[in-house]
Amino acid sequence: MSLWEYANPVKFLALSARVQPVLWVASGLCISVGLIWGFFGTPDDFRQGSTVKIIYLHVPSALMAINAWFMMLVTSLIWLIRRHHVSALAAKAAAPVGLIMTLIALVTGAIWGQPMWGTWWAWDPRLTSFLILFLFYLGYIALWEAIEDPDTAADLTSILCLVGSVFAILSRYAVRFWNQGLHQGTSIPVATGGRTVSDVFFYPLVISMIGFGLLFLALVLYRTCTEIRVRRTRALLAREGQGA
Amino acid sequence: MKALLKRDLMLALRAGGGFGLGLAFFLIVTVLVPFSVGPDPVLLTSIAPGVLWLGALLSCLLSLDRLLALDFEDGTLDLLATAPLPLEAALSVKALAHWLTTGLPLVVAAPVLGLMLNLAPAGYGWLVASLAVGTPALSVIGCFGAALTVGVKRGGLLMSLLVLPLYVPTLIFGAEAARRGAEGLDAMTPLILLAGLTSATIALMPFASAAVLRMTLR
Amino acid sequence: MMPELGKYATEVMAAYGVSLTLLAVLLVMTLRRGRRARAELERIEGRKNG
Repeated sequence: MSLWEYANPVKFLALSARVQPVLWVASGLCISVGLIWGFFGTPDDFRQGSTVKIIYLHVPSALMAINAWFMMLVTSLIWLIRRHHVSALAAKAAAPVGLIMTLIALVTGAIWGQPMWGTWWAWDPRLTSFLILFLFYLGYIALWEAIEDPDTAADLTSILCLVGSVFAILSRYAVRFWNQGLHQGTSIPVATGGRTVSDVFFYPLVISMIGFGLLFLALVLYRTCTEIRVRRTRALLAREGQGA
Repeated sequence: MKALLKRDLMLALRAGGGFGLGLAFFLIVTVLVPFSVGPDPVLLTSIAPGVLWLGALLSCLLSLDRLLALDFEDGTLDLLATAPLPLEAALSVKALAHWLTTGLPLVVAAPVLGLMLNLAPAGYGWLVASLAVGTPALSVIGCFGAALTVGVKRGGLLMSLLVLPLYVPTLIFGAEAARRGAEGLDAMTPLILLAGLTSATIALMPFASAAVLRMTLR
Repeated sequence: MMPELGKYATEVMAAYGVSLTLLAVLLVMTLRRGRRARAELERIEGRKNG
């Protein structure tokens, strides 16, 4: 019973139907708990005042903005190599979610920075990299819409995702070179296990991050199912047109 | 390959081929800048390297649609794809022709336009060097963008949306080199990074462009 | 109940407001398109079988 079973659209729809309710409820719970706890139950920061509460939105959305693109990269590769339509459609489905996550990260980042940095927008390397990521998402979505043949669209957008990923990483370093930046150091270096955000903020933040992750999963599963149905409808209509 | 290069150069240079349009656009944009930011010479000096780089980049961008669209319409691309010459090589040649007819003239014109923007004396050399090193990257990256949108009707705007974010690293390193040079600082680091970027894109982008073109022509 | 947001009240409220609105818009559009696609498919499949 391997994961590849779910490359079959029918099996994917069935799995999705079973898993989605859990995901929606769990994500709603985590996000509510995380945000409410964070908003009402945590103190103000010594330097940043109540704006620290924005962290519960900014960090999870920024994290998902990057993860969404990474997921698109993986599913694009799977499409290019194994030609599973579900994979290509999953990438297509994830893009608008990633776009919105990036936008939330940008807006909350800008608002959070305003009292601290004194401007509504600062060309800080992290924020600038997210702006570039936003443009990549826009281009990817626009290309899907512009190409008529769905399989060609899947092919072209997959290559764009690949090339875009390389350039996104390049841009990250170029932007850091270009402007040393005002952003604080990573507040949650999860990989190293250390943390520079004190405990009282940490737990609601983690719960919020988990909530956003689950929301991403739920949205992408739902949207992929929509894409599968649209594709099937188009195929049936085409067949009807030929038969008639 | 030489024949293809000659053909593309001829096509670009003859009347109606679009040669000189990129140059004219570069000139016009440069002229518009003082109108938009004011004629203060000190201000112009400080923004000249960046503005010239941006103008060159936009001129390159605008001339990209000629790269593949015309050949697509008359079926030449199909011939190139099935010819014995690998498509990657053919696209590299086309990008080279694009650079010779668009990028290189911009490099030559830049110092003249620098005069108009009051570019600092130290900056001329670095501007020309950074443009010379960076514009080939713009051509090969642009070729990729052109390949992605070759079948899209009126895909110019979409191509710009796709290509401009890809241009960001080149622009950053190129403009930084020009800017540091104009301020009299050492600009070797960004220039070397730019050279690395150009080399990598020249080597790798044709493969992506060819893959995309094959998918479209299928 | 409302915490003392102090001088950053507008910023914090704006951030939460915009974020939750964007998420809501995404959700609404996702669900609408999903329902329409499902209905469309059922209609076509009904025509085929019926």
